Parts: sequence; C-alpha cells; structure tokens
Amino acid sequence: MDLGALYQDVILEHNRSPKNFGELKESSGTAHGRNPMCGDEVTIWLRVDGDVVQDVSFVGSGCAISKASASMMTQAVKGKTRGEATKLFEAFHGMVTGHPMDEATLGKLKVFSGVSRFPTRVKCASLAWHAMKEALESPAATRADSAR
Amino acid sequence: MTSPSSAIAPLDTARIRADFPILGTLARGKPLVYLDNAGSSQKPRQVIEAITRYYESENANIHRGVHYLSERASELYEGTREGARRFFNARRAHEIIFTRGTTEGMNLVGAGFAQAILKPGDEVIVSTMDHHSVIVPWQQACIRSGAKIVAVPVTPEGELDIEAYVRLLNERTKMVALTWVSNALGTINPVRRIIEEAHARGAAVMLDGAQAAPHLAVDVQAVDCDFFVCSGHKMLGPTGVGVLYGKETWLDRLPPYQTGGGMIDMVTIEQSTWARLPAKFEAGTPDIAAVVGFQAALDYLEAVGLDAVAAHEHELVSYATERVAEVPGLRVIGTTPNKAGVLSLVMEGAHPHDIGTILDQEGVAVRAGHHCCQPLMRHYGLSSTARASFYLYNTREEVDVLVGALHKVREIFS
Repeated sequence: MDLGALYQDVILEHNRSPKNFGELKESSGTAHGRNPMCGDEVTIWLRVDGDVVQDVSFVGSGCAISKASASMMTQAVKGKTRGEATKLFEAFHGMVTGHPMDEATLGKLKVFSGVSRFPTRVKCASLAWHAMKEALESPAATRADSAR
Repeated sequence: MTSPSSAIAPLDTARIRADFPILGTLARGKPLVYLDNAGSSQKPRQVIEAITRYYESENANIHRGVHYLSERASELYEGTREGARRFFNARRAHEIIFTRGTTEGMNLVGAGFAQAILKPGDEVIVSTMDHHSVIVPWQQACIRSGAKIVAVPVTPEGELDIEAYVRLLNERTKMVALTWVSNALGTINPVRRIIEEAHARGAAVMLDGAQAAPHLAVDVQAVDCDFFVCSGHKMLGPTGVGVLYGKETWLDRLPPYQTGGGMIDMVTIEQSTWARLPAKFEAGTPDIAAVVGFQAALDYLEAVGLDAVAAHEHELVSYATERVAEVPGLRVIGTTPNKAGVLSLVMEGAHPHDIGTILDQEGVAVRAGHHCCQPLMRHYGLSSTARASFYLYNTREEVDVLVGALHKVREIFS
C-alpha cells in the first residue's frame, strides 16, 4: 500500500490549515463525535435556514485524516440543501468503506478514497461526517427548518 | 578476569527470536518489527506447543471426573497454580486465583471490597497514572459503597508524587490500588515504600502488575502487597488467563465474585456455602488450555531470567531514547530514568494515529492512542501518544528501523 494514497497533499494542507474552524455563532444544530479508541474528538455546528445549510463549522482534535475530513466536509456541505448534504454523507461513507465511488457527487472529496485501504482509519475519516449528519437531524436544526 | 557475580549476561536475542514463529512474519511486505509488547506479547513455540498438546492429548474438564483425562487436565491446571506460586513467590498455592486477566482480577477485588469492606466515608487511593482497569473498578466500588476515591498526582517527569501520596493517606484509607509499572510511560513505581506507608495506616494495597510481571522479577512476599494482578498474554502466555494473588486472610474476607459450578461447598434451593480457596473464586469452567500454556510461558521466562529481561529492556529503551532525540520535533513523554521498556512519543505537527499508520507501512507495530489512561493523557494535555514497547526478543536493529520510520513521518508532516 502506498502512503501517498492516504496522505495526499490536499489532506495534509487541510490538516495544517483547516477551514471553517471555530464555534459557529447562532447555530441551529450541533453535535459531538468521539472516537474512544484513539481519543479523537470533533464538534460540528450548523446553521440551517429553510432547507439550506447556510453555514457550518467545526472544532476538534485528532489525526490528519479526521481533521482534513472535517475541514473538507464543511466546505462541501456549505450552501447545500439537507437532501444534498445527506447524499454527500452517503457517498462519502460509501467511498471510505470500499463501495463503488459516486464520483459526480463526491468531487474534491475523492482525495479520501485511499482511506478504504486502511481499515483502521475509516472511523477517522467519517467522524465529522457522522457528527454533521447528527447535527443536521438534531431537534434545533429541524425546528429551524419547520419554523419556515 | 572474572566478572562480578551481579553482572547479568546479555540475552542471546537471535536464539530467543528463533523460538517465536510470528517474528518471521512480513507486515505490509516488510519484516515485522513488533513494538506493541505492552499491548500483548508474542508467544514462543513452547507455549503454542503446550496448548496444542493439551488439546491433542490432555483435554477434559477439571475437578469433575474420575477418568484419566480429567485427572490429567486437573494435574496440569493445579500444576500451573503451583508454578505461579513459585514464580511470584506467594506463600501458598491457594493464594493464586486464575482469572481471565488483570481487569477481571481488579474487578473481583473491587466488587468484594464494595460489598464487604468499604463503608460510606472510607477512602480508596488510585493514581492519575493508572490504567482504566484500575481506576474504573475502584471508582465503581466507591460509587456502590459510598466511599470516596482520590488520586495520587503525577510529576512532569511521569513519577508518582510520593509526598502527595503520603498526605492523602489517612485512617479512612482502606485501599491503595496502583500501577506497579505504567503501561503508558514505563515508570516503575516505588511499590515497597508505597506499601509500607499504606500498611502503617492500616490500608491494604493492590498492585496492577500487568506491566510488571512480564518485565521484572516479582516477589509478592518481599514487596508485601495484599493483592497483585497480572495478565498471561503480556508475559508470553496465551490470552484468557491471568493471576490474582491475594493474601489468604484477605481472600477469606472477600465474598465470591461469580457464583455457580465449582465454587460451592453445599447448595440447597434457598442458599449455598462456598468452597475454600482457591475454588471460591473460580466459578465455572476456566480457560484450562490457557492456564496450561501459561505454565510454559512461566517456564520460558524463568529459563531466560527476569533480571536479564529487565536489563535487556533497559538497554534497549536507553538506546531508543538516545536515537529518537535525532528526530526533529519528537518528544518523549515520561522521562524518569526509573522506567521499563516503554517509549511514549509525540511529534509536533503529526498526530500519534498518523505516526502509527506510517510506522505500520514500514512493518513497525506500535500502539497509538490514550493507552486506557485518559486521566494521565489529560494531565499532560494530550489526547494520545504513539507508544513503542520492548520485550526480550527486540533488538537494537529494530530500534534503528523505528527511528528510520519516524524520520519518514517527519518528511510527510514537515
């Protein structure tokens, strides 16, 4: 196996300077993810307006894979509808667990395709995505939606 | 010129390695460099063969049959009890209880104390350095009994703050449960002194020997601990077997942990009386094959000599400490000179989990994580470390491979 397939430059860059890092003011949903095996932690904030994820951010500590994944997740999800964000989650999850890749949906997120060859790292890559999905489905986020 | 009698001959690692079939494995296409010994040790052929022999020609349930095989299996099982007594220098064989491992031994004593010894207002001392398998069973025992749990702090070098420990001891202290050798740092704690101080105030001491038993000569009477636990799989033996040593007077005071077959004296529908030690604490059919294999592990360690093992590891960890200092941005957590063969590492800009993956691609097996020591990690402001841990079959050449792999991590994360 090639380490380069896992630690792509884009991933290392997001690890060094993560995007959308910090607590989101006036969020409509938040969720916390933790990997008890290695102690990685991530918190996701979402601001959902109507059906659209207007803003998303994260704070966390973890390995390069988990941090870069969280960072790129926020970029990917921002501006998407709930349905699109959920579809992205499913495409991402499918890719890292070794299912055929939905390249059209995934776009830049394809850099994480190497993760599927490192079974111990799948959790790292999907931690922020699971938290995002949970935040999306949290009562507060759902209320923001139904308030419309 | 003759060497002084105290000098210990260096280990013949080539000969030792030939006894461990798994060390010939390729990991990710590279020769395996197994440095996760604090997680679990590898097994020599002698242990594997003892287990095979048991299943091929000696297997039956123990203490239950009058037939040939049952007698043979019982002999082997009880033979290991005597072997463990000798190995740890317990006074009596029935002070040796077979468990599934360190965790079960700790839970057995914790549950017994919660039920029969601890009262509201009593205190239990653990330490910030302890493994979760010490902290959690005693924390739960305190919750159940209304006792209070307090922790000995750790110094920046990774030693127990003994002054603080002495201040924590008082007439309400009923139990001091501590790690002998830290699995995360390698620190060897001054257990003799710890026990003297506790006994002076009437407190019992339970030692977590999971990392002590594999790496240094343990004499439970010499240190005078009240309880001692360890795991077979960390000391060349199979998984599924561990030892709980308890002083007879203490084991007699504790209620059974699990109940059922093999541990009773007499049973009616309404009530039961208990068998004597050690059967009282060994309900149900144990992992007999593992116990048989464990004896082969004890024999192996005895033949090599624990003092030689300790000296070998000390030499390796000193060499490794020196070599990893060459890697930029690398820091060793736990810097006391008084330590066993453990090197806990963090690297600036590279998470331990990433270090672990990159090392793995070079065939180097280390553990990345919190090592079941979250309070200790919190003390250092870390979420995890990458831990290399050495054993009798590791070599300086393997340390060199580790250092080369750490340089690769540096390249990727610079």
